[in-house]
Amino acid sequence: MIQSILLWLAAILAAPFFSGLILKIKAFFGGKKGPPILINYYTLIKLFKKGSVYSNSTTIVFKLGPVISLAASITVLMFLPIAGFNPVFSFNGDVIFVLYVLGLGRFFTIAAAMDTASPFEGMGAAREAYFPIICEAAMFMILIFFYRITGELQLSAYFTGSNTLNMWSLAGAPLLFIVISFFIILLTENSRVPVDDPATHLELTMIHEVMVLDHSGPDFALIELGSFCKLMFYSTIISRMILPFESAIFGFPIVMYLAGLLAVYVAVGVTESVTARYRMDKVPQFVLTSFALAFFATIITLEFVK
Amino acid sequence: MSNAFLQISNAEKVSREAIPHLSFDEFRSQALGLVTDGGKIVHYFAYPDKDRLKLLAVLRTDKLFVAGCDVPDPYPSFTRICEPFHLFEREMAEQYGIRPHGHPWLKMVRYHPSYAEGAADVFGNDYSQDIPGNYKYYQVEGEEIHEVAVGPVHAGVIEPGHFRFNCIGERVLHLEIQLGYQHRGIEKQLLEVPAKRLSILGENIAGDTTIGHSLCMAQNLEALTGVQPDQGARVIRTIALELERLANHIGDLGALSGDVAFLPPANYFGRIRGDFLNLSLLICGNRFGKGLVRPGGVRFSLSDDIRTVFNERLAALRPEVTHVLALLFNAVTVRARFDGCGAVSHEDADHLGLVGPAGRASGMAYDVRRCFPTEHYPHLDIPENKKATGDVYARARVRYDEILQSLQIVESLAATPVETRCVTEGMAYDLPASSFSVALNEAWRGEVSHAVLTDEKGKILRYKIKDPSFHNWNGLAMALRDTEISDFPLNNKSFNLSYCGFDL
Repeated sequence: MIQSILLWLAAILAAPFFSGLILKIKAFFGGKKGPPILINYYTLIKLFKKGSVYSNSTTIVFKLGPVISLAASITVLMFLPIAGFNPVFSFNGDVIFVLYVLGLGRFFTIAAAMDTASPFEGMGAAREAYFPIICEAAMFMILIFFYRITGELQLSAYFTGSNTLNMWSLAGAPLLFIVISFFIILLTENSRVPVDDPATHLELTMIHEVMVLDHSGPDFALIELGSFCKLMFYSTIISRMILPFESAIFGFPIVMYLAGLLAVYVAVGVTESVTARYRMDKVPQFVLTSFALAFFATIITLEFVK
Repeated sequence: MSNAFLQISNAEKVSREAIPHLSFDEFRSQALGLVTDGGKIVHYFAYPDKDRLKLLAVLRTDKLFVAGCDVPDPYPSFTRICEPFHLFEREMAEQYGIRPHGHPWLKMVRYHPSYAEGAADVFGNDYSQDIPGNYKYYQVEGEEIHEVAVGPVHAGVIEPGHFRFNCIGERVLHLEIQLGYQHRGIEKQLLEVPAKRLSILGENIAGDTTIGHSLCMAQNLEALTGVQPDQGARVIRTIALELERLANHIGDLGALSGDVAFLPPANYFGRIRGDFLNLSLLICGNRFGKGLVRPGGVRFSLSDDIRTVFNERLAALRPEVTHVLALLFNAVTVRARFDGCGAVSHEDADHLGLVGPAGRASGMAYDVRRCFPTEHYPHLDIPENKKATGDVYARARVRYDEILQSLQIVESLAATPVETRCVTEGMAYDLPASSFSVALNEAWRGEVSHAVLTDEKGKILRYKIKDPSFHNWNGLAMALRDTEISDFPLNNKSFNLSYCGFDL
């Protein structure tokens, strides 16, 4: 239990570092030095030291947004087996709980954005509400896939110990689809290129960023930390799926986990560097690809796994 | 139809007596005839002459024409018959209180009090109020319609302008652009300053088009005074104008790339743009070419020492430019964003009179360097560079072609020794009485034009400035119709128009 809590804390603390890694990779492709690798920590510290400014038109909902979105991100990390170890909490059906806690976080981010009554934020909220619907369909398809293979509705049943490796041996090829599908979901849910552009300053094109334009100081720090943790959540799952190896050697799972994380974050950075962003009306097609992949993977397992 | 307009040349002194002063009806039918037959308006403005207001129009077909008339009362709008006049008539209404009767969209242009003291304001504005004063934006109504207002303060470090979108979902039905936040009253100021300050004001009309505007001013003053620059000065001016084009086109392509989140070319072009600005720095000590062009020639020569460094840097830049161009134009994801985005049809472009790269992207071949060449351009072969699609891709592609052309022009001009006698800053000159001159140049955004009228004492009576943005802002509004609102920044960047050049 102590070990699980320590891992959970470590994941939260390390999340800003890995997000900083993406910036470094993008800078490398752009021929620049880029910001320091610890930039996100400096930004968080800076933001926490500042005061917040609230518009007269906002209500308590606006202040709840950042708190709940961060709380949601760190709560779901509690249910996630990190590096194959047991999670802090686990119960039968926790997968569905986790998905809807993430949904709750999003709901409050959207509500806070709508609360400002700014036309920009309204637009961003509409986009943020639209794309994840497709993601959610893909997520449930993936869930059905996992359930087909393991017969469980519990994150620990998929990602702890040798469970993941067993899934590979049972349905390796479809699981490959799932990994790609999950990567697309990761890009969409975390507002990365080619779905969103986290680096742009143009309100009209933003999705996630535009919804948090009015948040400042500590509130904005909470949102930033929340989004780092959310990316950590998705990356941890993919990391476990691509490097599920177990060994008795001390620290081996941690090393595997870190290597997997590194691979995921580098992949995100490289994707952002070599592709332009899709046109807004093409994004649903891209996101639907993840659903299609998960769907086919599930169909295949219907035959394979009896 | 006989043409009562006088045919003139680019940057040529014309005695004001020689300009046909027509009756209004004849002026009207001739001007409308010329423009509906495919002619374009270079200038159409009002000026006061001995307590009377007069109109002057400079039109172009493949030649330049000028004629004037008195302002009738009431003045019937041309716009009802011929749309290209619409912005010019709005400008006249604002500057001299001439109300165009029957104008379909009589709205202020820059939001400033009339130039003619004491004249009643056509728009009923109280100018102590903020822009837009007494004006309600065009509105679309309906349950699913939403309105988005952007600016005048923007998220980036750019100039101020207000954009009002009427959208249905993500789709833009209508975009209204309100400018005027940078109105400095340059046209009025130019009448009051001592002669030696003219050039300094001229090159600061729009900082990114320093050479374009200062060339127009210098050519006008040269035409009026008869002082001609030597051949070396013409070459240096041509190099400067092409360097300005290179720096800005490269900067634009980089910004376009950045707007679709394709970072490598954005970063590289950002740096390369600086390298080209530094070439201007090398010639005249200013990255934007300020202080280079003066009436009578240039203030800095291109010595062989400087020319060697210049050529070395150019040689190093060429492969970098071609490489990054390939990187940008070969990326499929970038192509997917540019293709078909914000298309302006040839017909619309023709009605709006788009100029420069934005016009050429929509099939308007006009290029001042080819049609009315000045400086060293008569000796250069400028290819026709028009595209058919009128979308962001076409506007980017025009820039692509022009970058390579300009690079080649600069390389060939700088290859041979250039000799010139430099002029000094405070050159004294007397302008001739009752004269007129109009100068056109193809700056990087398109046709820049200045027109000067002097009175009987040789004082400047009216100085009219027209930046290409004056024509093209409506092109941007047109491009946005039925385009996704999230593609606005991309379209805006593909036009990259001047706010201060428009606001004057």
